[in-house]
Amino acid sequence: MNANSLAVQIPPISMRRQITDRMMTGIALLTVVLVLLPLFAIFAYLVYRGIGSINWAFLTQTPKPVGEPGGGMANAIIGSVVILGIASLLGVPFGIGAGIYLAEYGRNRYGDLVRFVSDVLNGVPSIVIGIVAYGLVVLRQKHFSALAGGVALAIMMVPTIARTTEQMLLLVPQAIREAAYGLGVSRWRTTISITLRTATSGVITGVMLAFARVAGETAPLLFTAFGNQFWNLDINQPTAALSLQIFTYAISPFDEWHRQAWAGALVLIVLIVGAVAAVRIAVRHGTLAGA
Amino acid sequence: MGVGIKVEHLNAFYGKTQSLWDINLDVLANHATALIGPSGCGKSTFIRCLNRMHETIPDARVEGAVHIGELSVYNGTSATQLRRRVGMVFQKPNPFPTMSIYDNVAAGLKLNGFRNRKKIDEVVERSLNGAALWTEVKDSLHKKSGASLSGGQQQRLCIARALAVQPEVLLMDEPCSALDPISTGKIEELIFQLKEQYTIVIVTHNMQQAARVAEFTGFFLLGKLIEFDKTEKVFTNPSDKRTEDYVTGRFG
Repeated sequence: MNANSLAVQIPPISMRRQITDRMMTGIALLTVVLVLLPLFAIFAYLVYRGIGSINWAFLTQTPKPVGEPGGGMANAIIGSVVILGIASLLGVPFGIGAGIYLAEYGRNRYGDLVRFVSDVLNGVPSIVIGIVAYGLVVLRQKHFSALAGGVALAIMMVPTIARTTEQMLLLVPQAIREAAYGLGVSRWRTTISITLRTATSGVITGVMLAFARVAGETAPLLFTAFGNQFWNLDINQPTAALSLQIFTYAISPFDEWHRQAWAGALVLIVLIVGAVAAVRIAVRHGTLAGA
Repeated sequence: MGVGIKVEHLNAFYGKTQSLWDINLDVLANHATALIGPSGCGKSTFIRCLNRMHETIPDARVEGAVHIGELSVYNGTSATQLRRRVGMVFQKPNPFPTMSIYDNVAAGLKLNGFRNRKKIDEVVERSLNGAALWTEVKDSLHKKSGASLSGGQQQRLCIARALAVQPEVLLMDEPCSALDPISTGKIEELIFQLKEQYTIVIVTHNMQQAARVAEFTGFFLLGKLIEFDKTEKVFTNPSDKRTEDYVTGRFG
């Protein structure tokens, strides 16, 4: 028997294969461009329409009565920050807590139920969430408030944060947990100081994803935060939000308000990008190089 | 100082599958005891029963009694309390990836509520010295993450981490299987020194290693302890035919 009888003749790479290879690389690049294009187009158009109306007055003054030129959205900018602050304060701990439960304790039927409910909640239209917050907070308080708006947005944040936290914790190898158990560290302490810490950057990504998503929400705020044409820092009073202000101004018949709506949209998107970038940089400085 | 280990009628289960059958064994204090046997014979399961790591796996269950010194492992002792006295080194080096070298070694103290920083500094240096790693890392204790070290260094870091909580027993589950011969040599040397202060139980696939580091050797097969004796006896004049077949390389 010939010693070479098992050897296979691998043919040289044909022209057709080389062309296919190039074509596939090209298609992959093209899809990237197609995905990024709308984002840049939206941003560019916002800058084009909005930048002209952004000035000091826009950022520092409250809206002027209809017909009077000038005025700004300062109250809505602060209102948005307050409402998002309340939403994050409520939504992030609950979301991370639920995620920890699902990853570390919820490997059972009850956990499956929570996962299912969480996924359904993620798909509930945001206006329905607004109605829930209306029923939970507004009806009880007997008036609209930033608190009600914050609750509505918090409810929307929880499922996203819970599911990403769960996924990120599951990525932490069991060996890391065992290392901590082996040192006599309790399970709870291991979860907080070892597992969650190892997964920090992924968990933060989930939180920022949820934050960015609700930051632009309008529908759940319509009958919770309601909006306000004046300064208000009391979280128990109706409060303006950028998204609400944009909505009100965009459907109005006044050119001046249309221009301000564009400017408001630009400010909102810059605020969201700024917040996400700031958190990213803060986290990067907080963790060790090479980790 | 190390303490002895007494195992009586130990049975271990994963769900309905029994993986250890009536193990009886006495480990002498301040000696190294090696456990050998083919893959899947239960030696890792056995060592994980000694510090109750076995029960972290869902559906896992243990019957029988284990005493570590005067401590009854499965009767009236909490798992966390026990594990502070029984250190463990795992097969694959598993330093905490987001922590510096220093924090890795200090983790056992800090996470258990020990706060005296000066004392922690001392313990970290002593533990790293004990694991023969101090001179290699002393300049980058806070700068480098534990995960940035080489495999052999990582394993010695894990040994230092285990030593820092000052256990009486050190369990090593194939500590050299992921390491090159030079790192393996260093760790074996280390085991020799550690014996003076700790009782060591080491699982190994490498029979030469067992012969080099351990005074006593146990041979496991299919979840049963076939033979347990002085290392020399097990390797040169075993009393069971199956042990002889295994150590002479006829199967396994």
